[in-house]
Amino acid sequence: MKKYTKIVAITTLALCLCASNVQARNMIQIKGSDTLINLVQKLSEIYMEKNPGKYIAVTGGGSGTGIAALMNNTCDIADASRNMKPKEISRAVSLGIDPKRVVIAMDGLSVIVNENNYVTKLTMDEIGKIFRGECTNWSELGGDNTPITLYGRQSNSGTFVFFRDLLLKGDYSSRMKRMNGNSQVVEAVKYDKSGIGYVGVGYVKEATGLNVVSVAAHAGAEYASPLNSQDVKSGKYPIARPLNQYVNGTFSADVKDFLLFEVSPEGQRIVEEEGFFAIPKEYVDFNKKSVGI
Amino acid sequence: MKIKENLIHGLFMFNALLVVLVLIGIFALLVNTSIPAFREIDIKEFLFKAAWNPTSYVKETYGIGSMLVSSVMVTAGALLFAVPIGIGTAAYLSDVASPGVREMVKPIIEILAGIPSVVIGFLGIVFVGPIISRTFGLPNGLNAVNGSILLGVMALPTIISLSEDALSSVSKTYSDASLALGASRWQTVIRVKLPAALSGVIAACMLGMGRVIGETMIVLMATGCAPAMPKNFLDSVRTMTSTIAIELGEVPYYTTHYYALFAVGLVLFIITFCINMASDMVLHKYQGKRG
Repeated sequence: MKKYTKIVAITTLALCLCASNVQARNMIQIKGSDTLINLVQKLSEIYMEKNPGKYIAVTGGGSGTGIAALMNNTCDIADASRNMKPKEISRAVSLGIDPKRVVIAMDGLSVIVNENNYVTKLTMDEIGKIFRGECTNWSELGGDNTPITLYGRQSNSGTFVFFRDLLLKGDYSSRMKRMNGNSQVVEAVKYDKSGIGYVGVGYVKEATGLNVVSVAAHAGAEYASPLNSQDVKSGKYPIARPLNQYVNGTFSADVKDFLLFEVSPEGQRIVEEEGFFAIPKEYVDFNKKSVGI
Repeated sequence: MKIKENLIHGLFMFNALLVVLVLIGIFALLVNTSIPAFREIDIKEFLFKAAWNPTSYVKETYGIGSMLVSSVMVTAGALLFAVPIGIGTAAYLSDVASPGVREMVKPIIEILAGIPSVVIGFLGIVFVGPIISRTFGLPNGLNAVNGSILLGVMALPTIISLSEDALSSVSKTYSDASLALGASRWQTVIRVKLPAALSGVIAACMLGMGRVIGETMIVLMATGCAPAMPKNFLDSVRTMTSTIAIELGEVPYYTTHYYALFAVGLVLFIITFCINMASDMVLHKYQGKRG
């Protein structure tokens, strides 16, 4: 019996070592945004199918986590649903990393409410007030007389930072619930009649039990929905954003090959299938300038 | 032969010392990494101010007040729920259940201890949360009650198995004497055996508490994590552990925020250390009495 235990242990150990060797050679490590994780997972699955022998590992954790990992050299590609802050870029440079940005998809960041809530049109200003905690009852916005429950993301989320910097220009209400990912926000708002939350458009296209809020840039402006791809691409939908990947300037041929796949027509078709939007010409040019793809 | 014995002796001693060294090392690391935080943060403000917002748009604040209250709340709630059930189950297993039932139930309880906390947290979201929201007429169930119930479930195996051990090791002469004097089985358990095993039972509860206060995944998933100071058990809470878990991944190294997170970890470490220490002392007192 004892003998067998030993044999099993040694074999397992050997197998582990072999496996980690394989990983070390070809594996591309991608880490970061929870908004991007499903999309990048899908892209890498199809890429691996077409290119046997290449391995990609995709993990989440939030844009902040991905960017930190890129700085600490523990991933090859950092998914980020926001841009790197100037402070982060200078930190990266001081650590010997030269971060380059690639835009792989467009997102209409969607504000969602429960399907029983008939407040489905809001201005950016109103959304800011709601999430800053200055507006606390739906009746103030023409809805039922119920207190608003806020669902947001945790501070390591790029969506958390993007939404705050663009719409709130201040801090989130301390009563806002900090959810663990886009899907958790969707599930919570589905259940909660008084809830409001924000998620990447890829998480609401197929979702039921929700109303996606149409947003106007200011009072008097036209309302636009993030589900309308034309409005997102043209910028008529005011909270559209590019979804980025950051790589170190000295990226490998393997990484470059994957990036090329992502921005190729096939890659962009997968982007649309996953509920996000293909990148407009503006960002195609940007990518050429940034990393030459 | 002598050399071999000495060698083995040395090896075992080295192992024992290693554990002590690791503990001292962790403590030293925590203290060392926490101290720089207080170059910029007032220690009184850190301990007593409610607002924690190191990535604020306006002004960074580092106050762990509401986190401390949150941690204490969910821990107290969990014990409120787990201690009566735990001791009840332990008493049932040690005195009432037939040996067959006991042999079946004990392993099942031990399996409960093996369920990953992320699974329990998931149950909190999809199962316990909706029940709480319906029961209390709330729009959602992400609050301290939810966290308490789930953490209580986590603490149950520890409390049950250690309490059961304590109850079973009460000398049989105690219960025989009690029964001989005409006491019922219920009276014997409650008035004789439980007091005799009290220190062991208390130690079991405290170890369960130590487990609960350090638990991260469950509170991260099921309590909403809103940083506002909780007013009651139906409010969302954000504990020290969930704050560390959320923020340590993205924090730039060697900044005040980074050091402050270690300081939160130090506070947590001191709390759990004190709890474990106290339970150890209670347990020793109990073993001393028996011996």
